[in-house]
Amino acid sequence: MTEGARAGDDVNVAQAGEPEAASRREPGDVLVRVRGLRKHFPIRSGMTRRRAGTVKAVDGLDFDIREGETLGLVGESGCGKSTTGRMVMRLLEPSEGTIEFGGRDLTRLSRGQLRPLRRDFQMIFQDPQSSLNPRHTVGTIVGLPFRLQKVTPEGGVKKAVQELLELVGLSPEHYNRYPHEFSGGQRQRIGIARALALRPKLVVADEPVSALDVSIQAQVVNLLDDLQSEFGLTYLIIAHDLSVVRHTSDRVAVMYLGKIVEIADREDLYSSPKHPYTVALMSAVPVPDPARRESRDRILLKGDVPSPMDPPPACRFHTRCWKAQDICKTQEPPLAELTTRHQVACHFPENMPTEDGAGEAVLLAKPAPADAVAAGEGAEAVAETSAEAPAETSADGAAEPVAESSTDSPAETPAAASPKAPDEAPGKDTPPTPAP
Amino acid sequence: MPRLLPRRKRDTAAELPKLAPAGPPPEPENFLEVRDLTVHFPTDDGLVRSVDGVNFALQRGRTLGIVGESGSGKSVTSLAVMGLHGGTSARIGGEIWLDGKELVRSTAEEVRLMRGRRMAMIFQDPMSSMHPFYTVGHQIIEAYQVHNEVSAKQARAHAIDLLGRVGIPRPDRRVDDYPHQFSGGMRQRAMIAMALSCDPELLIADEPTTALDVTVQAQILDLIRDLQAEFNSAVVMITHDLGVVAELADDVLVMYAGRAVEHGPARTLFEQPRHPYTWGLLGSLTRLDRARQERLMPIKGSPPSLISLPSGCAFRTRCPYADRNDGREKTEVPQLLEIEPGHRTACHLDPGERERIWTEDIRPRL
Amino acid sequence: MIFYLLRRLAGAVVLLLIVTMAVFAIFFLIPRLGGATSDQLAARYVGKSPTPAAIEQVKHSLGLDKSVPVQYGRFVKGIVAGKDYDTGVRKVHCAPPCLGFSFRNNLEVWPRLQDRIPVTLSLAAGAAVIWLLAGVSIGVISALKRGSLWDRFSMGFALAGVSLPPFFTGLVALALFSYQWPIFKGVHYVPFLDNPASWAWNLVLPWLTLAFLYAALYARLTRAGMLETMSEDYIRTARAKGLRERDVIVKHGLRAALTPILTIFGMDVGLLLGGAILTEQVYSLNGVGKFAVEAIGQQDLPEVLGVTMIAAIFVILANLVVDLLYAVVDPRVRT
Ligand SMILES: Nc1ncnc2c1ncn2[C@@H]1O[C@H](COP(=O)(O)OP(=O)(O)OP(=O)(O)O)[C@@H](O)[C@H]1O
Ligand SMILES: Nc1ncnc2c1ncn2[C@@H]1O[C@H](COP(=O)(O)OP(=O)(O)OP(=O)(O)O)[C@@H](O)[C@H]1O
Ligand code: SF4
Ligand code: SF4
Ligand SMILES: [Mg+2]
Ligand SMILES: [Mg+2]
Repeated sequence: MTEGARAGDDVNVAQAGEPEAASRREPGDVLVRVRGLRKHFPIRSGMTRRRAGTVKAVDGLDFDIREGETLGLVGESGCGKSTTGRMVMRLLEPSEGTIEFGGRDLTRLSRGQLRPLRRDFQMIFQDPQSSLNPRHTVGTIVGLPFRLQKVTPEGGVKKAVQELLELVGLSPEHYNRYPHEFSGGQRQRIGIARALALRPKLVVADEPVSALDVSIQAQVVNLLDDLQSEFGLTYLIIAHDLSVVRHTSDRVAVMYLGKIVEIADREDLYSSPKHPYTVALMSAVPVPDPARRESRDRILLKGDVPSPMDPPPACRFHTRCWKAQDICKTQEPPLAELTTRHQVACHFPENMPTEDGAGEAVLLAKPAPADAVAAGEGAEAVAETSAEAPAETSADGAAEPVAESSTDSPAETPAAASPKAPDEAPGKDTPPTPAP
Repeated sequence: MPRLLPRRKRDTAAELPKLAPAGPPPEPENFLEVRDLTVHFPTDDGLVRSVDGVNFALQRGRTLGIVGESGSGKSVTSLAVMGLHGGTSARIGGEIWLDGKELVRSTAEEVRLMRGRRMAMIFQDPMSSMHPFYTVGHQIIEAYQVHNEVSAKQARAHAIDLLGRVGIPRPDRRVDDYPHQFSGGMRQRAMIAMALSCDPELLIADEPTTALDVTVQAQILDLIRDLQAEFNSAVVMITHDLGVVAELADDVLVMYAGRAVEHGPARTLFEQPRHPYTWGLLGSLTRLDRARQERLMPIKGSPPSLISLPSGCAFRTRCPYADRNDGREKTEVPQLLEIEPGHRTACHLDPGERERIWTEDIRPRL
Repeated sequence: MIFYLLRRLAGAVVLLLIVTMAVFAIFFLIPRLGGATSDQLAARYVGKSPTPAAIEQVKHSLGLDKSVPVQYGRFVKGIVAGKDYDTGVRKVHCAPPCLGFSFRNNLEVWPRLQDRIPVTLSLAAGAAVIWLLAGVSIGVISALKRGSLWDRFSMGFALAGVSLPPFFTGLVALALFSYQWPIFKGVHYVPFLDNPASWAWNLVLPWLTLAFLYAALYARLTRAGMLETMSEDYIRTARAKGLRERDVIVKHGLRAALTPILTIFGMDVGLLLGGAILTEQVYSLNGVGKFAVEAIGQQDLPEVLGVTMIAAIFVILANLVVDLLYAVVDPRVRT
């Protein structure tokens, strides 16, 4: 069996019936419970290593991962996703907070107490190149967890490793080869095999596919899927790609500058994102459909993410948010459950259900409402509203209009996350709706 | 002291004695035309056929998207157009016509004079693509002054103007900043300003947003689109992200292992793709604009080594339909042939059969 | 920028203090911890035939009979404010910067060293200019013509330079150019102000000997640096702008490649100012290095101590200069 033979099934093999099992898995009890998790990195400078500031990489996270489910963690570069993942693995000491794993608080355990538990949680890394020791053979690499945990599998380590290799779609003959003899996708499979060696309960995957080509990405995504249904694994998948996260996760948490701004079940989140940042993030993802580019409303955020050393006060998103009001600058919105299992940290959430139940049209195509928001003017209005917000805090206050829609033909609007109908939220936070 | 600097590069043509005389110049409306471009690198392990016979044409005001997996030869193609393979072991063949002038057979000096002025390029990593020791303004001014006899003051004013145009706030102040004082998005904006300093008619963007966050990517793509409309320049957008192509490109060229496998208008390519590799790419995508697929349809295996390409069709080792070619896939390289006006594919399979596979087997499962 | 400067200056002062402590520790504290009594210690400073009276004197003037902090205090105070010594024969005031008093020579250390510094300075500065120019040019050309005959030849030369010690090359040079063909006869130091031409003429051989070693090192460093920078993305950007190749190489490539070399250069010069021991020895130049060798040979501890201090100070100064220069050439350092 060669690479790809397992997950990278032929395109023409129908798979309609099979995946049911994967999607039907029932989330069980809470496996990981994270409360008040914080990580502050001191920044030191100069010869005296004086403390020049603090990077609040992760600043108060609460979330649960249930047994058998996949939690996706998305957000832009530097928002603290990897830091969170590494703390859950306890590769990094949290500054504050608790991480309960199967009821035991990991943060209280010493290294020694932790060691026997380690076999229950494993990590897959982003860069399959650098996470494998180039001087070790594949057999040594994949067999390492057995040796570290002093576990002797039935039939010996070699046999177990060969089975693992087969499991992830590599050939048992690859046992004596070195990582550099493999392609990126194959290396990622080696990393996955190593992570699965001890049959862990939880697998933390930090950007498992972002270094790979699309076609290989899909192989690895399918492989992770298969392994989950086969072994009932629980995943924490960290990625910056919203579509990959949607594909892989049951529940999704969106992070911005060290905080979770929204967390909800997958379908709920993607069909009605409520935090303005989530909405903007989704609308910024390019859609592989040229027919849609004319008709898509897009929200362009201005500037870049502010520095985590000096995050904006109160709502951290207010420097880039087109809905920001004074309260957003003074009072931090709590992460509150607005609808069932859907928590949002925003004073003026989007896509809130109205009496008639409308207003849930997001990225999935829907027929245009009659009073569709028209292009140019709407955008300008939005830009105006937010011009009042202090943009100075953002390092890059690019003079881009804040929100922009490019609707040419109002008739076929708005498929995308658009400024919503005026009756949904109070007054000023909604852009006016000019007549088409 | 011996010569500190290398002699002016010899004529590229002289380095390539086997270079055949160029064919007739292209139609005037084709601002850029690439014919049968080959770029090979002799290495210790063997000849790397990075680009092996690529053809395309591009008109002013239009955008060509080049997509393909890592190592498919996208960057090597664009660097060949820019004449930036000098100093490497590259062996370049074929023809590159820019506004009626053939570049492969031009001297290095002639190509240099076109670089920056008539054709410009934006690179992937805005962090490493700017010199860390010079101010952003200096680097833009430098680009402007190579090709324009202007005073330092005029050049500076031009740089400030450009920075403002690409959306840098308070450009008169930021012009004296160093690249490290800019954020990633701003740096890419500055790179664009640099590329636009001489109003180039051809802009090549090699993965301009790959290193950026998606919200910033949206800003940059928008900027490129606006500027193109303003300057009516021809744009080559290189990316591995089909979403980016769909957002920006008028035409799309799909490359696989150094060869073009499909070329056509963007809508055709996304709605009626006719090459198994393109299907594979579309099947591998996770996308937000559709209901979530339960399962992705990846391409099996991984791309072949460019040193020992499979004979015949380079995709045959991964192609699910390879067994339907009566053995031709092993012996004959499929030519890029027009199957309908403006839509070309390189596949031995009968176009009617491919249409059937697409509509019956593939599309319903995407 | 000002802030950066001040910070660096403060850093240098702190470092100087640390150096005094280290020197103090090496010469006074460690022997003591090693079990030496204050008498034994003092004896080392007196010379080969210590008389009890002299030892007592020394012990007193160095504060060896006092506690360690007091000793250290006196040590530093001597450097800053000067100190009085009583040799038993006469009383001497050792003016600041008092680096000690050589009881053996019956002289203060500093004035003797002061005579030596210009020699070493001339030697190091001239050689530095030569090796920087030669090394960098050779390195750049080698990098640009990688694999060519020139590259292979100059890297062979570099290998020779690195592996042949100056006492060998120096002696060969002397044998050839001073005896065989007496172009540079009787190399000796002529102060620059007395006769600049003669100063330079006499130093040609020492300069070349010293520069040969370093030029070889620098050629290799520059070559490696250039090869690395010329494959950087920003070089490609510079070419994409349509810049002339020489501008690409000099303005973009060399500029970046030279920056790390600058650091090493500063350190090397700093170290050399503390004495180019081998070269000075070969050409019998009375520089700091030769001074150190003689001091050690005579077991004259005060002189050894003084030379150590001077060498350390030169290194710190060179470090400071490099730091400041670095801020000028690399804007990223300033903030
Ligand atoms: N060891 C460290 N010391 C100081 N700061 C750190 C350290 N590790 C991470 N950071 C900072 O913490 C913040 C969060 O980093 P993290 O790696 O978790 O981000 P991320 O969300 O994984 O981003 P990416 O998508 O780029 O991987 C960043 O600003 C980063 O610079
Ligand atoms: N100077 C060179 N010498 C040898 N091989 C080279 C050279 N430059 C490029 N190649 C090879 O040519 C092939 C095509 O490279 P290219 O950079 O064009 O890929 P690409 O399509 O741009 O991929 P990516 O998406 O990773 O940027 C690669 O396999 C690369 O290793
Ligand atoms: S509306 Fe206010 S609270 Fe909500 S995201 Fe925007 S700035 Fe934050
Ligand atoms: S020629 Fe054959 S092997 Fe190649 S892509 Fe077409 S069907 Fe597949
Ligand atoms: Mg990360
Ligand atoms: Mg590339």
